[in-house]
Amino acid sequence: MPLLRIRNLSVDFATASGAFRAVDAVDQDIDTGEILAIVGESGSGKSVSMLALMGLLPWTATVTADEITFDDRDLLNMDRRARRRIVGNDLAMIFQEPMSSLNPCFTVGWQIKEALRYHLRLGRAERHARAIELFEQVGIPDPEKRLSAFPHQLSGGMNQRAMIAMAIACKPKLLIADEPTTALDVTIQAQILDLLADLRRETGMGLVLITHDMGVVAETAERVSVQYAGQKVEEQAVGDLFNTPHHPYTGALLDALPERATEKMLPTIPGVVPGQFDRPAGCLFSPRCKFADAKCKSTPPAPLGADLGHARCFYPLNANERVAS
Amino acid sequence: MTDAPIMQARDLQRHYDVSGGFLRKSRVLKAVAGLDFDVRAGATLAVVGESGCGKSTLARMVSMIEEPTEGSLTLNGKPVVKADWADLRQSVQIVFQDPYGSLNPRQRIGTILMEPLVINTKLSRAEREKKARDMLGLVGLRPEHFDRYPHMFSGGQRQRIAIARALMLDPKVLVLDEPVSALDLSIQSAILNLLLELQERLQLAYVFISHDLSVVRHIADEVIVMYLGRAVEKGPKADVFDAPFHPYTKALLSATPRAEPGAAKERIKLSGELPSPLSIPDGCPFAPRCWKAQAKCRAELPLLNNERHTAACFFPENQGTASPSADA
Repeated sequence: MPLLRIRNLSVDFATASGAFRAVDAVDQDIDTGEILAIVGESGSGKSVSMLALMGLLPWTATVTADEITFDDRDLLNMDRRARRRIVGNDLAMIFQEPMSSLNPCFTVGWQIKEALRYHLRLGRAERHARAIELFEQVGIPDPEKRLSAFPHQLSGGMNQRAMIAMAIACKPKLLIADEPTTALDVTIQAQILDLLADLRRETGMGLVLITHDMGVVAETAERVSVQYAGQKVEEQAVGDLFNTPHHPYTGALLDALPERATEKMLPTIPGVVPGQFDRPAGCLFSPRCKFADAKCKSTPPAPLGADLGHARCFYPLNANERVAS
Repeated sequence: MTDAPIMQARDLQRHYDVSGGFLRKSRVLKAVAGLDFDVRAGATLAVVGESGCGKSTLARMVSMIEEPTEGSLTLNGKPVVKADWADLRQSVQIVFQDPYGSLNPRQRIGTILMEPLVINTKLSRAEREKKARDMLGLVGLRPEHFDRYPHMFSGGQRQRIAIARALMLDPKVLVLDEPVSALDLSIQSAILNLLLELQERLQLAYVFISHDLSVVRHIADEVIVMYLGRAVEKGPKADVFDAPFHPYTKALLSATPRAEPGAAKERIKLSGELPSPLSIPDGCPFAPRCWKAQAKCRAELPLLNNERHTAACFFPENQGTASPSADA
């Protein structure tokens, strides 16, 4: 039984011009202690699916799913108060912009102790001791002093560490990191990614890493799920994904990486991600896919088996050697 | 690519006064503290560094938005002084990072493209329009886009429009300030291709400012690595990437994630963060974070020499293994 099991999750937003499907029939399993990366371009629904899980979407969103089970508890039919006890406690999330996700009116110490008070009901002295311990754990020097600092007095890297300390305050079973390093410099990014991997090793929590950076995926993740226009188009172990991508989108995305370029001109993906009004009838990637034919354009493909990375494609790449054997 | 440089900078500096508050002395922030570089036609000079290292200030000085506090900048052998800016700006144009903020939402694409011609040339209306329409084709947009507004375009198309606008006055030098970092991966490669194609066709010189080392590695000819307003390393791309001299360059390269799972890597962990640019330490600015720093590093400021590949460091890396063009 996986730690988190999502089946057929869809999220629709009510917009002025009609419903917009941001997440479309996503299935996802996450096991205890594993690092799953969700990659996709902007608008691929990678953040929205996790926000839906956390119950953090605005009222314009309609979340539907066949099943969302976290740690043997049914999140889907749970009332809001029961969910509040899980979110922030066993299920925690860190966000992209450390500067704007911390409250500027309170010290970081106050903000981290709030979680300890609400979820763990610790006393004042215990809270203080635990907050110092957490700051040490995430590598903030001089924790006693930093607890009384306001977010604007700390650098981006330090704020992100404070966010991580807050998220792991209640020893979550699953930590969702939404682009945790996108706003940071590379040397700081390396520190934060190492920190997350170390915490995973120490605490055995599951880690979901939402990112668009293929380099971060390759270095950090164990399993990768690729999303495109709201759908999960492929999922594989990280090594297999980079060596033998099955969905043409994954293949094209990897080819477009400058560091994989073999010549001066890079391979490109023509066209853009479909929007609200030009959603194709068949495969969502078909307008941009160089392998697409009439069938792709008219019929949406169902996910293939696990041996083909659950690819939503009629003509998966790198399939021959497996079919032949 | 070997002829005289189009643009030359010598000891370029830009300082800002930062007020210290009531009854306190204002302090001087050296955003760029002494840079030398040459930009050549048909070649790309890449400037890399982390936030706060002065690379955007450099872009603003090169594109004549800000005046250098000290040092000299020459364009085609002529000194760039503020009195001549209006004329000289035609040959240096800039493309900004954010294609959503850099196009006027109330102007049609055609108007956006023709605006530089209205201000700077005496071309007739028909000539302007023809030039703008030709430019649309050159950057890979369709003729019907001429009458549309910016909001009708995707990020990649907007960046094409920004590039087209920069090229309207036939500049010699194009300053690209993080031109692809706001774009998705699948769009990024198309814009990089466009830039390379335009460079070849028009023999443009690029000053390419970026923090993304994999992009720089692809597009650059020469690389300058900046740290706290100073160039810490300078050299041909292959040399800098394959055998970096400066410990900071080495750390930066090792920290950049590579899209190759399981690749052997030796990540150099830099402790600490960028010091405040207001209190740059004496000696080498990188010394407080450097694992090789010695007493000399904290006392004296290391400088670049005149070699093609050079680093401002007393104890540089990769000295034993002579790089291919180190003595060329």
